[in-house]
Amino acid sequence: MKLRLLRPLVATASALSLIALAGCSSGGDSADGTVEIDFLMDNGSDSVATAEALIEAFEAENPDISVTLQTRPGGGEGDNIIKTRLSTGEMADVFMYNSGSLFQALNPDKMLVEMSDQPWVEELDEDFVTTVSTDNGMYGNAWGATFGGGILYNKAIYEDLGLEVPQSWDEFMANNEAIAEAGLDPIIQTYGSTYTSQLFVLADFGNVLAVDPDWAEEYTANNRSYTEPPAFYGFQHHEDAAEANIFNEDFASATDADGAAMLAEGSGAHYPMLSNLIALIKQNSPDAVQDIGYFAMPAEDGSNTTAAIWQAAGLYVPQTTEGEEREAAMSFIEFITSDAGCDVMNENLPAAGPYPGTCELPEDAPPILTDLQTYFDEGKTAPVLEYLSPIKGPNLEHIMVEVGSGIRSAEDAAARYDEDVINQARQLGIEGW
Amino acid sequence: MTTAASAVRARGKARTANEDKGNPKPRSSGALRHAYPMWFYLPAAALYVVFFAVPTFASFYFSLTRWTLFDTEFIGFENYTRFFQDPQLVQGFINTFVYGVTTSAAKVVIGLLLAVLLTSQILARGYLRSVVFFPVLVSTIGVGVMFTALLDPFDGLVNSVLALVGIEGPRWFTNPDIALLSVAAVDIWKGLGIATLIYIAGLVAIPQDYYEAARVDGAGRFEQFKSITLPLVMPATGTVIILSLIGGLRSFDLIWATTEGGPGFASDVIASVIYKQYQAGFYGLSTAGNVILFIVVTAVMVPITMMLNRRAVER
Repeated sequence: MKLRLLRPLVATASALSLIALAGCSSGGDSADGTVEIDFLMDNGSDSVATAEALIEAFEAENPDISVTLQTRPGGGEGDNIIKTRLSTGEMADVFMYNSGSLFQALNPDKMLVEMSDQPWVEELDEDFVTTVSTDNGMYGNAWGATFGGGILYNKAIYEDLGLEVPQSWDEFMANNEAIAEAGLDPIIQTYGSTYTSQLFVLADFGNVLAVDPDWAEEYTANNRSYTEPPAFYGFQHHEDAAEANIFNEDFASATDADGAAMLAEGSGAHYPMLSNLIALIKQNSPDAVQDIGYFAMPAEDGSNTTAAIWQAAGLYVPQTTEGEEREAAMSFIEFITSDAGCDVMNENLPAAGPYPGTCELPEDAPPILTDLQTYFDEGKTAPVLEYLSPIKGPNLEHIMVEVGSGIRSAEDAAARYDEDVINQARQLGIEGW
Repeated sequence: MTTAASAVRARGKARTANEDKGNPKPRSSGALRHAYPMWFYLPAAALYVVFFAVPTFASFYFSLTRWTLFDTEFIGFENYTRFFQDPQLVQGFINTFVYGVTTSAAKVVIGLLLAVLLTSQILARGYLRSVVFFPVLVSTIGVGVMFTALLDPFDGLVNSVLALVGIEGPRWFTNPDIALLSVAAVDIWKGLGIATLIYIAGLVAIPQDYYEAARVDGAGRFEQFKSITLPLVMPATGTVIILSLIGGLRSFDLIWATTEGGPGFASDVIASVIYKQYQAGFYGLSTAGNVILFIVVTAVMVPITMMLNRRAVER
């Protein structure tokens, strides 16, 4: 009983002791005069491979700096580790973390090293800079490329069935009907990886902004709700798709890797997902990359259809890193958007959208990138809500699993999500909640 | 005044009497009450204070604040009112009790039957006993991961075998109606060994004379079980119920390793609701939830413990 009560504190205490151990080996001068710094990454296989290649290239260019890679889990557990290590002053000298609302929750002004005087800053895309800035400063360089959320689809199926990329939701559902008649799964859902359930709502946000450009600010001030259009359409569409019974049979247990395989094999036609899934497809079924395309989440009214864009993650330096370690950390951060750094990125972490910095996409960009690029060229892109408002409820993915599994109606789910975000707004101390 | 004085005198007399009788420890009264010198307790006391007392009181404090790990803001009981407004809370409580009662009831019934079997004269008894106990030794997370694979509705071993005999197996962890019970079943499988072990100890302690006497009186097997075994293993039953109910009410690891509270919120228990709040960074709120869980588990367990203990004494 007592142990239960103590769980958070015990967890923190044990995390601290682990970090203290890690701290012993971190940083500082070694005997031969090289500066040692740590680099903290998430533990995804492609992130780790990229980070290792990057460190190798960096150390070749800077023989007097030695970089040690540390890894952490992703998701909520990763958030906790980042916050705990920052608040206890045990953060690695360079760390990768989300930009946007998660970055804002780190208390950057107090915790991170300001970077607006760095030479590479002016090369960065303004949209990215705002996602790693507060009112008082700018705190990070871009890790990787931007990516889009929407429908990843199998182009071979579209060709075989003579279908066209849908603009409106009704056109999309008509395509689904044709695909079902051909004996294939129209929409892939993978609730074994719960985060994938949110795409119907998150990737619909560009369509919300197209109707109501002030939606994000008004939402932060508690003047908008997901129970009313245009934001409600995301929930409604997810319910429509669930009721039409057009998901793959194993939607409740399949994972994102299963979903990527289904799309690559062509047993499923549409997968509402993030465009950076292409990295996984390239790893597991490289031949299929040419068959995978992208279109934006179709809006209720086709003329509003807008691609929802996620910004690149950021690389940050904590204020606890000082002196020559800080200099070394800064040169590592600068290296990431240098030509050599860009080459490593392009080779290891296939971009799923344009880079926000100096990096250029490779010549042989896969079709999913050119598809996304057309939305940029037409100016039909918008950032997703997490870059415009700090408010995101932690339970959206579970609520959307319920809608997709027929446990909860769309109206009920939207109301439940409105309730869910109150905790977040209050935790952040936002006025009006 | 006089009574107090005489009491003191009486105590003094008692001590002298003790010493007169050649008590092996004729030291000060302190030494009579403590078996060891005070400094002997200090290391344990320090550990207890640092690792139990301080965090307990700290968590009571943090449950009254909005806590970001970077700073705290005192907000009174707002976390508690928020926690009780949580839409998952009612379902979480119901699930917690369903889970706790189902697992502990099943462990009592199956554990007792297995123990009766394993104390009878059967072949390979020692081997079977270790087989029943084996799941207890495996890590809970390992069990969870293993059963997620075994009970996969499409490629899982269990449903594949069921398909061979023409039965379409249920979608164990992904059907919201049975997900919680599926996890409970795994919990029973894993925890049965302890219950059986306790029952074996209880059964072995029953003197054989009772059974002989009953047989002489012409009691059948079932009659013997009902009138001798069942009442005489009552202390063991009490222990099994208390252990498995506490385990069930605060269960978390197995649920998290198999369903993460899903699909949706279908198998969320109080502990997983609290953990999700902690993950979301609502540190004050989740600490308040832990305080409430502590109170609830205490409120359930204290009366049950007292009742079971009383019955054990009355017998």
